[in-house]
Amino acid sequence: MSLLSEGADLARPLRPALSRAEPSLAGVEDYLALLKPRVMSLVVFTALVGLLVAPGHIHPFIGFVALLCIAIGAGASGALNMWYDADIDAVMTRTKKRPIPAGRIEPGEALAFGTTLAVFSVGVLGVLVDWFAAALLAFTIFFYVFVYTMWLKRSTPQNIVIGGAAGAFPPVVGWAAVTGDISLAPVLMFLIIFLWTPPHFWALSLLRCDDYARAGVPMLPVVAGYDATRRQILIYTLLLAPAGLAPWIAGFAGFVYGVVALACGLVMLHLAWRVYRDRAGASAATAARRLFAFSLLYVFAVFAALLVDSLLARFGLLP
Amino acid sequence: MSDSNDDEIVLTEEQIRRRRARSIAIALSLGVLVILFYIATLVKGPAVLIRPL
Repeated sequence: MSLLSEGADLARPLRPALSRAEPSLAGVEDYLALLKPRVMSLVVFTALVGLLVAPGHIHPFIGFVALLCIAIGAGASGALNMWYDADIDAVMTRTKKRPIPAGRIEPGEALAFGTTLAVFSVGVLGVLVDWFAAALLAFTIFFYVFVYTMWLKRSTPQNIVIGGAAGAFPPVVGWAAVTGDISLAPVLMFLIIFLWTPPHFWALSLLRCDDYARAGVPMLPVVAGYDATRRQILIYTLLLAPAGLAPWIAGFAGFVYGVVALACGLVMLHLAWRVYRDRAGASAATAARRLFAFSLLYVFAVFAALLVDSLLARFGLLP
Repeated sequence: MSDSNDDEIVLTEEQIRRRRARSIAIALSLGVLVILFYIATLVKGPAVLIRPL
């Protein structure tokens, strides 16, 4: 397929915009951009929820250290992703101004930066908090960098489905930082983010299909077409809505969570149905944009409800 | 003996400013790490020596 051959052509090393002899123009803000702060905010929030809803006690400062390590680990993954994907980023409108394709940071600098942060985040989490949580964080970084970025992203339209597991691990790491193990509750939190990822990213890819095609990234709309993508979005949202209710059904969350998860699940389903139904013209783009925007709200709302519910129950404010 | 001035790199004001900002950021990061370990040692107390694997 032509797409794959274009992708293979992109495998050549990115020619740095700066000569090696030329001093770096990178500012501190460029290194912060390598950490993908917007992605990090979701990671930190879901990890915080995992940490706070876990049974048991953790000293607030040690909990802060755990969150900091999870955030830095996520940032390290982002930096290593930008190092490896610099060739793709350079041809995509959305990413061509990132520090490496823009020539402000050398690929080798990003590699060293990401590797250092990855080693430190895992090491500090292990030494100061818990080695099982540290092992989970190390696996998350490994999965995002090696399985998703280096392997799946350029080879299969299922890239974000399987790769979504990396984004689903933070609440599990947060939970493990407190308990030192995994039980059903963190698995359900993992499942919610795992099933949420495909509708979220495929809604975006419907809007950015040309960008992905030009970069040779086999996203589902590029390889299978728009209609197949709309069908898959609807299927995954049909799985996500009941999965969102699972913590309530399993008795892990209470009434507040159940109501929020039900309402948000129904809105997600409605918006996914609109994406499936509106296939042409401006209404198709609007439907995809609305689903993408609400999907961000969905994951924040569901995890916030989980946190509120857990805190209410902990302080005896729920029946 | 040849003049080595041709090999010297002269930094622009902007490059000097950014290098200073990077250096300060690295120094602050190391300082935070030291404080982090110091407080964690106080918080954990004798438990900091326990290393079950």
